[in-house]
Amino acid sequence: MLKSWKIRIVFLFFSGFVLLFIIAPLLGMFLNTSVDEYTETLADKQVMQSIRLTLFSSLAGVIIFGIAAIPFSYFLARKSFPGKGLVNGVIDLPVVIPHSAAGIAILGIVSRGSFIGQAGEAVGIQFVGGVAGIVVAMAFVSIPFLINAARDGFEAVPERLEKAALNLGASPFRVFFTVSLPLARRHILTGLTMMWARGLSEFGAVVIIAYHPMVAPVLIWERFTSFGLSYARPVAAVFVVVCLAVFVAMRLLSAEKKGNRV
Amino acid sequence: MISIENISVRFESFALEDISLELEKSDYLALLGMSGAGKTVLLEVLAGLVKPQTGRIYLEKRDVTDDKIQNRGMGLVYQDLSLFPHMSVFENIAYPLKSKNLGRQGVRERVSELAGETGVLHLLDRSPGTLSGGEAQRVALARTLASDPKILLLDEPLSNLDVKLKAGLRSLLRRIHKSGKTVIHVTHDFMEAATLATKVAIVENGRLIQCGTPDEVFRHPATEFVARFSGIKNLFPCQVLQAKPGTGVREAIVAKKNRISFLGDHHPQDGFLLIPQEDIFVSRQPIDTSAINLFSGLISEAYLAGSGMELVVDTGIEFVVSISRQSYDKLQLKPGEHIWVAFKASAVKFLAG
Repeated sequence: MLKSWKIRIVFLFFSGFVLLFIIAPLLGMFLNTSVDEYTETLADKQVMQSIRLTLFSSLAGVIIFGIAAIPFSYFLARKSFPGKGLVNGVIDLPVVIPHSAAGIAILGIVSRGSFIGQAGEAVGIQFVGGVAGIVVAMAFVSIPFLINAARDGFEAVPERLEKAALNLGASPFRVFFTVSLPLARRHILTGLTMMWARGLSEFGAVVIIAYHPMVAPVLIWERFTSFGLSYARPVAAVFVVVCLAVFVAMRLLSAEKKGNRV
Repeated sequence: MISIENISVRFESFALEDISLELEKSDYLALLGMSGAGKTVLLEVLAGLVKPQTGRIYLEKRDVTDDKIQNRGMGLVYQDLSLFPHMSVFENIAYPLKSKNLGRQGVRERVSELAGETGVLHLLDRSPGTLSGGEAQRVALARTLASDPKILLLDEPLSNLDVKLKAGLRSLLRRIHKSGKTVIHVTHDFMEAATLATKVAIVENGRLIQCGTPDEVFRHPATEFVARFSGIKNLFPCQVLQAKPGTGVREAIVAKKNRISFLGDHHPQDGFLLIPQEDIFVSRQPIDTSAINLFSGLISEAYLAGSGMELVVDTGIEFVVSISRQSYDKLQLKPGEHIWVAFKASAVKFLAG
């Protein structure tokens, strides 16, 4: 179909329009920031601290909740049960609800008066206004990306390979770790990357649980509302570069060698 | 060795009904049937991958019906081989050995030994995705043998291989069987079964309809399905006539007007007559023999079959006859020639319809 030059031009036009729509604002932000502004921002301790906190909190969420999410994804990929469609819908809820509403919902279960909040405080973990709260908020809004990707990955692993492994004398645990997990790893790594990236960019839920300590999206907001666009833009530009670097690095790491795919 | 008693499995659109079989350690069973007959399901039941609704499986007199897949001692080679694509050939063969506490050196030695036996020693570093069909089949066999199963279950192991590779793999399967492994081999190719098996079981629509040595099954098929499936060509629908008193010879009408004599005490009924093609004689002139079935007709086709010739003779019934190339030349036969065909009443078998 794309051999017709008229259709090709129409498709090229729309493709270019969409690409420009994504690239133009980002490019504008980078080009409108001077070298001095970049230098000052990189030397700003508060900015660098907030970026470090953002990277760490999102990563912590990925590690803590990923450990539970991967077996859960396998369960969803392999088992049929009544209400499975509903469970799959529930998994996507954090993506579709407003993130400020997600923040309010999380606050309800981790606030100081709640069981989890009190239990956390008893062992020295502070959710509201603490790193633990940021981790929970980031993980809450980003976990669907990991579950969905991992579930798709496990579904793509032929069940027959697992049966063959069992038939060869392997225990179900060994089959999971030596066959299912390695064969789904590309999807899982993509899911982990997406979860991390989505966690990094979370603002709505995090700002309700913990304004302080400030993660980068909250700091950008704070600089914008307190000092204006020219103060917020360099922070935003530096943070976007860091996010892009993380994202590209993770994509490269999860890139699959040819011939190893199922 | 293995005893399968009244196994039944029911799915929504398919059922395996009341399968019973008994095998000795020295047996090589070919499980024959059309695609979708239930052969693979039966293998999966034996391997423990599918739970039967009823029936028991005994291996060396021990009930293994509810044993875990990994403890049953039945090694299954799937038709698609199911080699692990993320592991090398070496790692694939070593996979079952890692749960056997052999140590690294022990695993390496056993893998080399199995790879040598199956002819894949030169492929150990390769990835399964780069192997040819025959190579992959050998690797899958080596991997299953590494788990040291008491029974080797093979699902269509020779399908999708060319003639040369088939011959090589057939001889490997014979060697494995001779080394003391009991084999159950699913196939839809009766020649494959005849050349490998010591026992043949025919499955049709989820039921086991006949079991015996290849000779028993192919010479005395229990049903029309078995006869057609085993490649028998002279199988004709017939109607048995009332017997002449005191003769012991029956007559049946084939194709409305042709009478064929056969031995037996069957009542008048509809059924099939089976005449093995190698039991039919041909001649240029009507000859005086003990064969009481004598027909004349024209050769409608003549073609090479194996080392001899096959003729199709139209006498009102189309008989397929096997003769040697030497006889074909000596009698100067060719399509369009008029000849006589004769066969004994004792050569004809009747199958109830």
